Amino acid sequence: MPHDHSHDDDHPHALLPPEPALRVKALQTILVGKGLVDPEAMEAILETYERKVGPHLGAQVVARAWVDPAFRGRLLADANAAMAELGIAGRQGEHVVAVENTAGTHNMVVCTLCSCYPWPLLGIPPAWYKSDAYRARAVREPRRVLAEFGVTLPEGTKVRVWDSTAEVRYLVVPMRPEGSEGLDLAALAALVTRDSMIGTGLAGAPA
Amino acid sequence: MSRVHDMGGRWGDGPVVPGPQGMVPVGAEWQRAALALTLAAGGLGAWSIDRSRHARECLAPGDYARFSYYEKWIAALADLVVATGLVSRAELAAGAADPAPPHPRLFTADKVAPALARGTPYRRETGVAAAFAPGDRVRTRLPARNAFVPGGHTRLPGYAAGQVGTVILGHGAHVLPDANAHGLGECPEPLYTVAFAAADLWGAAEGTGDEVTADLWQSYLEPA
Repeated sequence: MPHDHSHDDDHPHALLPPEPALRVKALQTILVGKGLVDPEAMEAILETYERKVGPHLGAQVVARAWVDPAFRGRLLADANAAMAELGIAGRQGEHVVAVENTAGTHNMVVCTLCSCYPWPLLGIPPAWYKSDAYRARAVREPRRVLAEFGVTLPEGTKVRVWDSTAEVRYLVVPMRPEGSEGLDLAALAALVTRDSMIGTGLAGAPA
Repeated sequence: MSRVHDMGGRWGDGPVVPGPQGMVPVGAEWQRAALALTLAAGGLGAWSIDRSRHARECLAPGDYARFSYYEKWIAALADLVVATGLVSRAELAAGAADPAPPHPRLFTADKVAPALARGTPYRRETGVAAAFAPGDRVRTRLPARNAFVPGGHTRLPGYAAGQVGTVILGHGAHVLPDANAHGLGECPEPLYTVAFAAADLWGAAEGTGDEVTADLWQSYLEPA
């Protein structure tokens, strides 16, 4: 039977300098020098995640679902098809399920085993989402974690925490705030925070 | 049987510290390089996401705990390029390599946008029949472990091992990470979302009716 334990000193990464900046630089020098990485591809990747892909995309999806019942139905039935209508697709969002918050159920998303996250909808994950504290605690004490985000749920609302253990990625559709009737799509999307689509926040109240 | 990454339900980690809304800055220059280098090297197609996750999980527990997110990425990337024969240990130790022509599968800049937009779908057609349907009660494997490789990759969290829950979603067949991470083939099988009562998982729930779900492959489950 294959065995895949490696002892501490067997890890090749230990051959690189310990300081992170020097470590990355050394590895980049080797990979680029060996023709294994194209520095221009690195720039294009950063351009994507620093300028193009972020929670404004997920917010467009949520705002559309709030105003368009047919779209909402399609989103809940087949999120990828609904996202595609808005031109949203990509890596780490190949299999999306949208879960809707209601008065009865509050949804919250975590990845306890690593940091799986719906990148095409929300961009790269925030530090807290990747933290040991969130990964460890979100499943056992979600309400205490919510309190740390300033969120207290009404009496009678149950919490369902989705642990992203496969390639399925979850988008929380927050409840539409009171007083948001009559706002246009852009104004509604501005109420949809990143955290409200992870389930650690609620959509903002209109100003 | 457990690895350090499997931390769901662990006590003692302290508060979660929220951050600003909006797009997340990648961070310092080295963190930007770590993100871009990892995705660009991944574009060679020399390893699957399952194998790269396992490489991060195989960091020594002390390293895993003290390394930041991108330090884990870069350490795992170094381990992967050696494990796949792309880079030698001597080259890593020297911090330099003899120049070489571009790899035939080099992930060039023109490939970036289409590849990131396409992603890597994990759903597969399979002859494995779905054994469960929404509403079915199932019991998960105990202990959480890779059935092929001791200490190998699995996506059954320890806290959900040996628990009874209810299937709430079927996702069709997906690549089985337990096999794919170890070069044993994709072995696709039906994937389900299973909901567990928080009261069952933790002894007492924070709130009445609270649940935790996990996405679990058919071979992790038996009828309950």
